[in-house]
Amino acid sequence: MSQSLELANWSYVAMLLFTLIGSWWLEFAFKIKVLRRPRKLLLSILPVSAFFLIWDAFAIYQKHWTFDSDQILGFYGPLGIPLEEFAFFIIIPIAAILTLEGVKVILQRLKR
Amino acid sequence: MRFELSYTQITVYALILTIFFDMFITKNSLLSTLRFWFSYFIILPFQLLTNYWLTSREIVIYNSEAIIGLRLAGAPIEDLIFGFAMILAVMSLWESKTKRG
Repeated sequence: MSQSLELANWSYVAMLLFTLIGSWWLEFAFKIKVLRRPRKLLLSILPVSAFFLIWDAFAIYQKHWTFDSDQILGFYGPLGIPLEEFAFFIIIPIAAILTLEGVKVILQRLKR
Repeated sequence: MRFELSYTQITVYALILTIFFDMFITKNSLLSTLRFWFSYFIILPFQLLTNYWLTSREIVIYNSEAIIGLRLAGAPIEDLIFGFAMILAVMSLWESKTKRG
């Protein structure tokens, strides 16, 4: 596959970047030290991601969903899962934890 | 008859499993906390938006036989449950590690 990447191939990546940019600033705005604890973060995410990636592999195998090859980068990991999906199961959980920690700070402030 | 789990069935099982995990494994019962629901309702519009991006542009295409067909902002209703379960599971695990310090 020597075909060069078109702009459309970044469509799924664009959504991941949106989520990443939309959430990472919470770390600094609320001083929540989520990204500064990568070990704790990964240990919270990976067991859940593994479970959901097995589901993803099964769904892809059963053709519950398919990906438009023109709108993804075209790199595949184990079990035929596109690279973007692996990133999805890391980035979305990080965004969720950043949101939760941000909310906890807000709730603390409201209590006072 | 072929044995097959539809997307709909798996989401329901995943939801039940996750609630069980949160209540009895990590023992956080996040579902009864304000911080969880506050967070969820911030996340929800972003989930709908990103789901809409992925489905309306047909980046991800769903097999109509695997879903019940109810859609919200372009995405199957199953996606919403799937997202809910994943978020709850991750937050629950994170919180249990927070408690231990």
